[in-house]
Amino acid sequence: MNELILPAIISCIIAFFSVYVMMPPLIKYLGKKNLAVRDIHKKGEVMVVRPGGPALIVGVIASEIVLYGFLQLNEILAIILTTSIAFLVGYIDDRKVMGGWFKPIGLAVAALPIIFLGAYDSDLAFPLFGEVQIPILYLAIIIFMIVITGNTVNSIDVANGIASGFMVIASFTLSCALFILENYEVAIVSLPLGFISLAFYKYHKIPSKIFPGDSGALTLGAMYGAIAIVGEVEVIAAVALLPAVLNSFLFLATVKKIVDHRELNEKPVELTKDFKLRATKNKHARISLVRLIVAKTALSEKEVAIVIFKLALFSAFLAIITTFMMEFKI
Amino acid sequence: MIHGQLFGFMFLMWILIIIGGGITVTILGPISISGFGELDSFLSSASKGLIAIILSVIWILVLNKMKNLIFRKTFSN
Repeated sequence: MNELILPAIISCIIAFFSVYVMMPPLIKYLGKKNLAVRDIHKKGEVMVVRPGGPALIVGVIASEIVLYGFLQLNEILAIILTTSIAFLVGYIDDRKVMGGWFKPIGLAVAALPIIFLGAYDSDLAFPLFGEVQIPILYLAIIIFMIVITGNTVNSIDVANGIASGFMVIASFTLSCALFILENYEVAIVSLPLGFISLAFYKYHKIPSKIFPGDSGALTLGAMYGAIAIVGEVEVIAAVALLPAVLNSFLFLATVKKIVDHRELNEKPVELTKDFKLRATKNKHARISLVRLIVAKTALSEKEVAIVIFKLALFSAFLAIITTFMMEFKI
Repeated sequence: MIHGQLFGFMFLMWILIIIGGGITVTILGPISISGFGELDSFLSSASKGLIAIILSVIWILVLNKMKNLIFRKTFSN
């Protein structure tokens, strides 16, 4: 354990500062190239640049390569490759809006390095009940996991600071779970994700100076999923991600097909005159987490973010309970 | 009130995950098909896969029912 402290500190510093330092020049560059979109929750024509994904992937690769230098684990290579492919998928979608099929298929391809590098254990562990051996079925779970985590993190990117703030809570929870389960090496490999999200949150929080774009959201989501698989904490990871899973579930339950949200005309929330968010009265609009949050009262963007962070903290608490339940068998 | 319902629904999702895990370990774990030679492991995996899909569909249907039950008033407003 002691020999892991130095790599952990170095990789976390690199993860945080590479994103923190890279972001201002990236914002300037994207602004010059006019790669900006309107912030629809703000008064007037407020334009925000995107995507922040390139800085995030630099942070991931730099910190994880340093860790690979120290630990030389196949799991680290799998995380780097999976996250990089997910970034590319998102970046293509940022530059040229693709159909609803593109991201799920792209993320399924991103999961392949985990399989080819053998960076997984095919036993799926559940709290209280133990493990189940599913050697072939587990391959499908790997692909499913990366597709789900990538898309759910992307779907929670609904307002300023929410995706990055949510990922700070979820990823540090996952690291805590790995430490509790004494899976120290993967715990240290997972720490950079929290620090990358934290550094990005500084620029993404209200009022956003940059949006993550699909490249940023898929980078964070795919890395989270890859860590869950190589760390054998799939169920705990799913619990920590519950608010985002709930948001995706509500989307699918009302839309009833896999489609990009940009292809839907009816918006689930609308703006009041004082720029608060309120639920739309349009019965054909999809149900979303934010629509439920503002169903009774109109809330400001910041207030909505606080409610989502409270939900994230609650799911983090449930994830830690789930971690302790892993130690017990009925 | 609606925020309390959201916390409650997330708690229910968590309970369903725990119960689903138990069912998975109890039902999927012991499945082992024999008597088909080299096809044994393939058939075991295929049957586990099929049951897993059925369990997932049931999980989603139960969750959908609960969603309608908990948020009925909100949806109808």
